[in-house]
Amino acid sequence: MPVDSFKYLPRLIAAFYQMTERQLELPIPWTPLPRPLSGCKFGLITSGGLYHRTVEPPFDVARERQEPTWGDPTYRTLPTDVRQAEVGASHLHINTRGVLADINILLPIHRFQELAAEGRIGGLAKQAYSFMGYQGFPPDTTAWRGTYGPQVAEKLKAEGADCVLLTPA
Amino acid sequence: MPVLARTLEAAGLSTILVTMMPFWAEKIGVPRTLAVEFPFGHTLGQPHDAAQQTRVIRQALAVLETAEAPGTIVHSPETWPVPRREASKDWQPEEPSPIIQMMAPRFRELVRQRRQRKA
Repeated sequence: MPVDSFKYLPRLIAAFYQMTERQLELPIPWTPLPRPLSGCKFGLITSGGLYHRTVEPPFDVARERQEPTWGDPTYRTLPTDVRQAEVGASHLHINTRGVLADINILLPIHRFQELAAEGRIGGLAKQAYSFMGYQGFPPDTTAWRGTYGPQVAEKLKAEGADCVLLTPA
Repeated sequence: MPVLARTLEAAGLSTILVTMMPFWAEKIGVPRTLAVEFPFGHTLGQPHDAAQQTRVIRQALAVLETAEAPGTIVHSPETWPVPRREASKDWQPEEPSPIIQMMAPRFRELVRQRRQRKA
């Protein structure tokens, strides 16, 4: 059975999404896997609004409250040995209770450590990254495309990552 | 997030996106996607259900390994153990987001007009 994208959405938001026009941009970029996964180092990126408590600030939800058509385009860095108690979440569009109980539902650091230990993957980058998925209305992804996405890509490549798991929230 | 998948892929990384909204992955065009029918904020499963999280991740890795062309979308057979009505309520923030508070009346009007035009 195909996944129903609208199953858990309130009717109003679902109707609005279905009315939104988006142009398919071709070609879709493609980087073939460079080697078997058992030799690949992975980076993890979510858009769940996570941040490393006491080390970095939350996303700028104060500005979003003042200016609801704007969403913070910056990103935060979380070490992949972060303790659960140090995980913060600032995202006004989802309930963050679940991820504050278990980071693995968005940034699966423990699951990937297990997969590395069993040899399914080559390894896990030391730093994971989080964005905050709401990019304004209408969405403006200019900063993601032009600035912050490329920055995270360069940081992951500098760590020797080949592959990335992305988990929108 | 489809935009970030494209950006990273263009920068030379092989990406796999796991999403509850394959609708957007298809519209925008993403290299490789695993679609999951899970509530928002719970992309890889339920908190503390390591077995479920691992199943989803293994499916994602298989898509990463086997996809032969950009735009591949594979649908996961995983199901969410909580009834729909309850799960739909659980994932939402305690108060509606600022944009929803601001736009709800306008959204309702747009949807109403659209329905009238169709009728």
